[in-house]
Amino acid sequence: MMAYIVRRFLYAIPILIGVNILTFVLFFIVNTPDDMAYMHLGAKRVTPQAVENWKAEHGYDKPLLVNTQAEGIKCLTDTIFFNKSVRLFVFDFGTSESGRDISYDISQRMWPSLAIAIPVLLIGVLINISYAAIIVFFRATYIDFWSVVITVAMLSISTLFYIIGGQFLIGKLWHLVPISGYDTGFNGIKFLVLPVIVGVIGGIGGGTRWYRTLFLEEVNKDYARSGRAKGLSELRVLFRHVFPNALIPILTGIVAILPLLFMGSLLTESFFSVPGLGSYTLDAIQRQDFAIVRSMVFLGTFLYIIGLLLTDLSYTLVDPRVRLH
Amino acid sequence: MPVVLWTDALIYLLLAAALLGIFLSRRHPHLSAPFKHIVHSRVGVASGIILLAYAAIGFLDTLHFHPALEQSNAQGEAMVSQRILSVLDILTDSLRQHSEKTYSQPFAMYAYVKESSEMPDGRIVREYPRLKWGGAHLNDAQEKTADIIHKSIIGVVIGLLFSMLCSLLITGLLAWRKHRTLKQQLTKVWRNQTELPWRLILLLLSLLIVMASLSGYLSQFYHIMGTDKVGEDVFYQALKSIRTGLVIGTITTLIMLPGAIILGLMAGYFRGWIDDLVQYLYTTLNSIPGVLLIAAAVLMLDVYMTNNAELFDSVVQRADLRLLFLCVILGVTSWTGLCRLLRAETLKLREMEYIQASQAFGVNHFMILLRHLLPNVMHIVFITIVLDFSGLVLAEAVLSYINIGVDPSTNSWGNMINSARLELARVPVVWWSLSAALVFMFVLVLSANLFSDVVRDAFDPRMRKPS
Repeated sequence: MMAYIVRRFLYAIPILIGVNILTFVLFFIVNTPDDMAYMHLGAKRVTPQAVENWKAEHGYDKPLLVNTQAEGIKCLTDTIFFNKSVRLFVFDFGTSESGRDISYDISQRMWPSLAIAIPVLLIGVLINISYAAIIVFFRATYIDFWSVVITVAMLSISTLFYIIGGQFLIGKLWHLVPISGYDTGFNGIKFLVLPVIVGVIGGIGGGTRWYRTLFLEEVNKDYARSGRAKGLSELRVLFRHVFPNALIPILTGIVAILPLLFMGSLLTESFFSVPGLGSYTLDAIQRQDFAIVRSMVFLGTFLYIIGLLLTDLSYTLVDPRVRLH
Repeated sequence: MPVVLWTDALIYLLLAAALLGIFLSRRHPHLSAPFKHIVHSRVGVASGIILLAYAAIGFLDTLHFHPALEQSNAQGEAMVSQRILSVLDILTDSLRQHSEKTYSQPFAMYAYVKESSEMPDGRIVREYPRLKWGGAHLNDAQEKTADIIHKSIIGVVIGLLFSMLCSLLITGLLAWRKHRTLKQQLTKVWRNQTELPWRLILLLLSLLIVMASLSGYLSQFYHIMGTDKVGEDVFYQALKSIRTGLVIGTITTLIMLPGAIILGLMAGYFRGWIDDLVQYLYTTLNSIPGVLLIAAAVLMLDVYMTNNAELFDSVVQRADLRLLFLCVILGVTSWTGLCRLLRAETLKLREMEYIQASQAFGVNHFMILLRHLLPNVMHIVFITIVLDFSGLVLAEAVLSYINIGVDPSTNSWGNMINSARLELARVPVVWWSLSAALVFMFVLVLSANLFSDVVRDAFDPRMRKPS
């Protein structure tokens, strides 16, 4: 088991290097630091001096890959590639274009993201599984048919509609909770209600439909049939035999996205002005803060790979047939 | 003078491929079987017709040209304008021309905000000014309701006449092909005894025609979905956005298709280091959160476009290139799924007897891939194309909202939502832009989702009944 984990971590290294090279090419070779300086300083009539100053200020005034002027190991370390890309491997994100420490910002903004993402995940999964279970219990009836129609329709509605609609209905018309904002501690709960509700409702369509398929695949298998044949009630067949088996892919699917919860949701956080990592990324995109976007790409990739690893491990926990070596 | 933009060219290519596909599959019964399944399914036919209606509007909006100018130049040659219009622009000319100053509600006669105007006697009054076009033929507000009802009836009647004509024509053609009399065929259609669900098709077609004629007729006199901040007709914007949505949904898949197919087949067939390389490639790309990769790429495109503004002749071309680039980037993030599926399927197929037989006969690898493997994985490709479509249409709206989507000058549902959402804080609310975009998007995505279910059932061999 341990050997497997270590090996998986080793596999992750080339992927992280690949992502790193990709972002490096995208951010520094397709567009040179000069281009970025012009973009940030705005007008076309910028003096070359101003460009040089901007580059020096942000540490872009070094050669890209090989510094021929430096000596020894500095030949490779005193470059943009080393300073901006290689350092990401030790989670040294550096400073943003506006001069703030990115690592500090991330550590601060992680918690609001989690405060929304975790309840959305838990409540959402609970509702989706229960709804799917009801549909499967009443399978091949009108309840099943209309539930499928409803879930397909809900699936077809843009996330933007759920957010805007929720804000308008609950926040503006009914004045139940504030439309947007954030606070720490217990004061924050009233701000969290709306984003969580919207997130849960937005996920019902896709989630329930997916779980229904998973349940239906199990419901007609031989073990379920023999359960019915020996006289178990349908409820008992479903809850004792079918659901535990169908829950395996559901649980492992959830485990895969657990690490990514840290990243938050771009849309929800920006609409509800929650100071999480999602809105942080979005702000960076809109301010064209390349340093932050680069860091978030790396962080996101890292978390994704952790998620994959956790999925494989969780299989061994819930499914005794799977052995990793 | 016709103009072919980059995305136009790709749409023509897509159409040509679709026509070729239909032509080929008509000759091979095993290929036409899934299509038969689709046209026999009621849901498939219904959603297919709605998708076709959208596609038709999108296609009209694809035929671009430089409009000719009235005057000719010194040599007496006809001049063309530098502007780029589409056939849809000509068909909806009145909608495009009828622009107001600013917001107005659907079917409004008066503008949405008060404005100071000078009376003949020199007094300044603040009131809601009359709209330039919306309800301009009316004398006072009392007539409006009666006028709208009157005009709607005219619109519906015209639509009904057209749809009856259409239905008769189609039934006539059917009768001619089946060697029945028109009356026999009509009864068969009416009692739903035809092989294909023609009653449903004709009803839906009639409904579409009636809706088109109703909205077309009313929009001559009113802004049926209101106007936006700069006074543009929202109905016109929503219609123009259809093309953007369709382009994102289809061209993205078209662009990523060759790469995904070639790499997936090669990885599965050759295995060894090619397999390792391809797997590494798609795992890496898949690891990057999609939105962030798109954001990074689009940011870079922005920088490039700002610094090389002289490369683009016109705003339309610039916007078009940006749309194409967005498709490419979305393709880069979405090809991995298809590639993985194809690799897995090829790994399975390469051990089959017929592949081993052709290897034993000395058929070269290229021919085996082309003749024996590719046709047998095509069902996966089809299912992916259709399944991806609705997700991509929805993604466009979200991306445009974060400003990493299409160019702000392109009409798209995302841009409509983006510009309208700030106005939700107004009292009373400006709701029409937002609702129009969401409804148009919802209908398209819903029919695409329903259609994709039918397509998946039709093409998935596991679902096929043993015959």
